[in-house]
Amino acid sequence: MTAYIARRLLQMIPTMLGVVLLLFVLFNWVGGDPAYILAGKNTSDAQIANIRHQLGVDRPAYVQIGIFLKQIVTADFGASWSTNEPVSDILKTRLGPSMTVMLPMMVLGVLLAIALSLIVARFHRSLTDRAVMVACTVGMSVSILVYIIVFQYVFAYRLGWFPVQGWSDSLWTNLTTYAALPILIGLCVGLAPDLRLFRSFVLDEIDQDYVRTARAKGLSETRILWVHVLRNAAIPIVTFVMAALPGLLVGAFLIERFFSIPGIGREVLLAVERSDFPVIKAITVYVALATMLANLAADLIYKAVDPRVELK
Amino acid sequence: MAAMAKAFHFPMSATVAVNRGNGFWSLAWQRFRDDRVGVVSLVIVAAFFVVVFLSALGVIASGWNEEVAIPDAPPDLWGLLKPAPPMAMESAAQRAAQRMGKEPSLEPLLPSAVMDPLAETLARLRGESDVLPESRVVDPLAETLRTLGAGDELLTTTIEKRMSLPFGGDRWGRDVLTKTIKGSQTSIIVGLTAALLATFLGTLLGALAGYYGHRTDDALNWFYSVFNAIPYLLLILAVAAVLQQRGVVTVILILGLTGWTGVFRLVRAEYIKHRGREYVRAAHAFGVPNRRILFFHILPNVSHVVLVNVSILAVGFIKAEVILSFLGFGVAVDEVSWGSMLNDAHRELILGRWWELLAAGGAMALLVTAFSLLTDAMRDALDPKIRVAS
Repeated sequence: MTAYIARRLLQMIPTMLGVVLLLFVLFNWVGGDPAYILAGKNTSDAQIANIRHQLGVDRPAYVQIGIFLKQIVTADFGASWSTNEPVSDILKTRLGPSMTVMLPMMVLGVLLAIALSLIVARFHRSLTDRAVMVACTVGMSVSILVYIIVFQYVFAYRLGWFPVQGWSDSLWTNLTTYAALPILIGLCVGLAPDLRLFRSFVLDEIDQDYVRTARAKGLSETRILWVHVLRNAAIPIVTFVMAALPGLLVGAFLIERFFSIPGIGREVLLAVERSDFPVIKAITVYVALATMLANLAADLIYKAVDPRVELK
Repeated sequence: MAAMAKAFHFPMSATVAVNRGNGFWSLAWQRFRDDRVGVVSLVIVAAFFVVVFLSALGVIASGWNEEVAIPDAPPDLWGLLKPAPPMAMESAAQRAAQRMGKEPSLEPLLPSAVMDPLAETLARLRGESDVLPESRVVDPLAETLRTLGAGDELLTTTIEKRMSLPFGGDRWGRDVLTKTIKGSQTSIIVGLTAALLATFLGTLLGALAGYYGHRTDDALNWFYSVFNAIPYLLLILAVAAVLQQRGVVTVILILGLTGWTGVFRLVRAEYIKHRGREYVRAAHAFGVPNRRILFFHILPNVSHVVLVNVSILAVGFIKAEVILSFLGFGVAVDEVSWGSMLNDAHRELILGRWWELLAAGGAMALLVTAFSLLTDAMRDALDPKIRVAS
């Protein structure tokens, strides 16, 4: 087990170096000289040379990659190009609001989708089942933008049930007032795809021998579904949820943008608009790292949920 | 199970006898034709493509940028709907604006709507200037204002604007229906082209990795894992930040160059499966060059996987393009897509104008629903194993 984890962690190193290289190529070559972007429009050659020296872009590529690696390890990406706030501070302060919205959204969404998929599984191959699936397909086809625009308009502007946008310093106020509508929207948007997926996981189990045995024993259908089937369907569900976890860090870009939630997603959008490269680079690197760790964790949990799985 | 296999086996041999050569595809087509949902979705998707084709040729919707009606012309659905009188619309808009606690700042900037906030002061000053000629105030904007006023009269007398449109007008008075058609053209062309680009890249790399294995596979797998480590939307935004230019080609490049990983994984797995098969080994023994085996022998056998993936990617990319354009990282300002329409519609909805949102959102939902159902039907028709299992 320890050897497995160690090997997996070692395997991450080349991938991580690849991510660093990709970002380096993107931001230093594809995007043009960073010094010109930072300097703005009216600058002299001396100023450009000065900025190039400060950024280190006048040095050879391997030195620059070394600087980038050092920044990642020490978590010190310098200051944002547009607000001069240290990038590490930006990451720290934006993480909380993103989590406040995303964690409840994720937990509630998964529980709701599991419950509904087990209920729908009872009506398998019936008209209800078909109708629910068609509704899911239609629901998935409506743009997330339309959900946000309509929900914000109806529930905030028109009915006034929720504030249109805003954020406070208290976690409780945020959860009960400001995050409520974003969470509701997230649930509605996520439900259709999750339900479709989880339903297919449940249906994979429902024709298995152990289900027939349980029925033959005379167990109630409710017990079969919620105890026997759920335990087995949990394996792919857990894998799916773990794979979705890193997405929490980035938050929901659009929801944060519409509701002015000071989270990471909104920060990314702002950084892209302002060509604030250090912020984008830092967020991308750490989210990539988190993604790889989450994948490892998913495999370990996979093993824990299903003892038959062999870790190679 | 055995009965099913038998039932399945019988028509296959029957068709092959009739239709030699393309047995797989004609069988798939037969299965597809039995799927009513699939056929209906195919018709809808095909209708969208015809509209896009005509619009790309300039036969329809070429005048989407013309201001053919009054600003925010209400929808009348060719007379079926009685449009609300403009006055009522205005008061509804004001109410909505007050609710927001903001000024109704979205007043259209048409010449006919230009109001001079200083007009009253100006008139008073002019009046006073008659009494006190020596302290006469010279208004630097007077000349401009006069010409603007003149232009205003000219516009209102020469151009006749419609009071309502079938699907309503936007805040410049452009026809929402025409705009939606032009927007479909952009969104669908971007989605399809990007899907083809991504599928091409993914298939090429996947074929090389799966067929050659060893070092090639290791290198390409590393490349894949790098792209896969970064969450997709974040990767797209990072590339969008770097590419400063906005436009259709940029969006296609962003989506196509980042979206190939899924196809790569599937095609690679298929090639690993096929490289040990007898027909490949036989071709090898004949001395057929690797390049030919890769793309002429194996590729036709995995083409159904590739085809289904183009379809899945196109749906995903159409959705992604809409989000990118909405955020302003997509199409240029002089182009229109469903995303930029939703951006306009968002601001209009606050003033109570819902029709552009309905048109753009509805057109997109219809196409994406049909496309998704078509993809499902295609997958079922192309994969006989799934058919037998279910």
